Amino acid sequence: MMGFSGKQLVGVGVFLVAIFVGVPLLINVTGRWDFYFTLTSVALLSIASAGVWLTFYIGRINIGQGAFALIGAYVSAILVVKAGWSFWISLPAAGLFSGLVAVLIGLPILRLRGVYFAMITLVLTQVVTLTALALSITNGAKGISNIPLPSGVAIFGIPLVPDFGAMENTKLAFYLTACLLMVVTYAALYRLVNSRLGHLCRSMQQNEELASSIGVNIAYIRVVIFTISSFFGGIGGAMFGSIAQSVYPSTFVVADSVNFMLNCFLGGLGYVFGPMLGTLVLYFGWDLLFEIGKYQMLVYSLILIAVIRFLPNGLLSVRLGKEGKK
Amino acid sequence: MSALIQVKNITKKYGGLIANNDITFDVSENEILSVIGPNGAGKSTLFKMISSFTPTTSGEVYYRGERISNLKPHVVARKGIVRTFQETTIFKSMTVRESVVVAQHLRAKASLAGYFWGSKTAKADVAAFGRYADELLEFLGMSEIASELASNLPQGNLRALGIAIGLATDPKVLLLDEPFAGMNHDETMNMVNLVRSVRDERDVTVMLVEHDMPAVMNISDRIVVLNFGEKIAEGTPSEIQNNEKVIEAYLGSADDEIGM
Repeated sequence: MMGFSGKQLVGVGVFLVAIFVGVPLLINVTGRWDFYFTLTSVALLSIASAGVWLTFYIGRINIGQGAFALIGAYVSAILVVKAGWSFWISLPAAGLFSGLVAVLIGLPILRLRGVYFAMITLVLTQVVTLTALALSITNGAKGISNIPLPSGVAIFGIPLVPDFGAMENTKLAFYLTACLLMVVTYAALYRLVNSRLGHLCRSMQQNEELASSIGVNIAYIRVVIFTISSFFGGIGGAMFGSIAQSVYPSTFVVADSVNFMLNCFLGGLGYVFGPMLGTLVLYFGWDLLFEIGKYQMLVYSLILIAVIRFLPNGLLSVRLGKEGKK
Repeated sequence: MSALIQVKNITKKYGGLIANNDITFDVSENEILSVIGPNGAGKSTLFKMISSFTPTTSGEVYYRGERISNLKPHVVARKGIVRTFQETTIFKSMTVRESVVVAQHLRAKASLAGYFWGSKTAKADVAAFGRYADELLEFLGMSEIASELASNLPQGNLRALGIAIGLATDPKVLLLDEPFAGMNHDETMNMVNLVRSVRDERDVTVMLVEHDMPAVMNISDRIVVLNFGEKIAEGTPSEIQNNEKVIEAYLGSADDEIGM
């Protein structure tokens, strides 16, 4: 139905088995339980990165995803802690709220192109951080801590989602939830890119004037895409806050926004699954370089420069280069 | 013949520079009308105002009595007035067929969400887009290059691709921006025939901006001549060829030549 070739189906199958069965088994055997947290973070950050990738798809450099992740984290936390909502309802609400903010911000700023749009988005994260510090509903610098774990969900007495608070191993549960969200996000992204909306985005990315001459309402599509992008950011951020059980103004900072963008560059802007790989490599790369102490940043930066210099189309271009777009 | 497009007293000023001054003319249904003039005469600006790519300073353009100036380009395109660009304005990393498929945006019946979920209407649309793209490329004699990337095409084909993209929107009026520029005689004659068949077989009214005089004289039903932003003449090719003002604009007056 989604137009996969046989080879791609096998690839997707292997990937799903690997993340849902392989990784838990491996962690069980090796006893490296700390990997759950790392991989859960990767999954959630890659959801936010997927949003950034989507704004690249309409030819806009988005360095503001941290803002929407932070908004999502706060909205979910406030709804759960102050309004007593179930986390599972606050999650889509957080995404929708981030999307709504994106409409309001996007309407004026999406008219900008190139470096001007990038500069404005770079400021957004700082604006949201400062807003969180100033407002009373966000508790200022103290942030919101002691967020309860997601409660169970049952419809007509049939349990759909178990109560995370009553679990012995929340790490595994969070890992599986994050992976599930990530899979749904990328499936939606893949579908979107290969549907008409994706084709229109490509036409806009390549030539906005020509796109509007064939009747594409480019202003409208830009806002739609930026909203979806920020929805992903909000979802990722909300889930992140729930796992950390706390949200602070510094939960997502400008550096995170830059990383979301780098994840896309590193994985490859031409590939839907690029940001997923980029997030994994970047996150683990940074951690692995921890060993070399004060030279961590230096080596990390040099590697990044080298990758962008020699693989301008991202890591996925190494393998997929000749097959074209996945 | 009724006036399909009425250009009424349009003026465009860029700061102190007057690009178009008080220009008025009509375009009749199913005619081929060319706008000519020396470099800097304001031809492109006129086109941009008709397709709402730039607002007028004053004056209006009407299509079947409905104002089409000072709107958004996509709104004008939706009404059936579609412009093409010079060769550099293409979807570089799409193939010819992909470009023509994407350009059928206005023919879509399903919503964007429908395409996402794969609704029946969306599937029917996708099939119809493909069929029409193949038909159109066949009509334009471009079937052989359908799967070529646009960025790999030679100039002559790029011009045809621009027209194919324009035609894919199913326009009522096609505005062609220098369709013969940079072409040799044979290519130009092919393009002249192509534009004619577009008008004859697809009932498209054509307006074009062009430098190539022999081609313009050959193809046009009527010609509008601009010079320094003013309309200096309007008429059939033979009228224009014998118009003194036009000859003066192109060759300079006898006095000027002595002065040089």
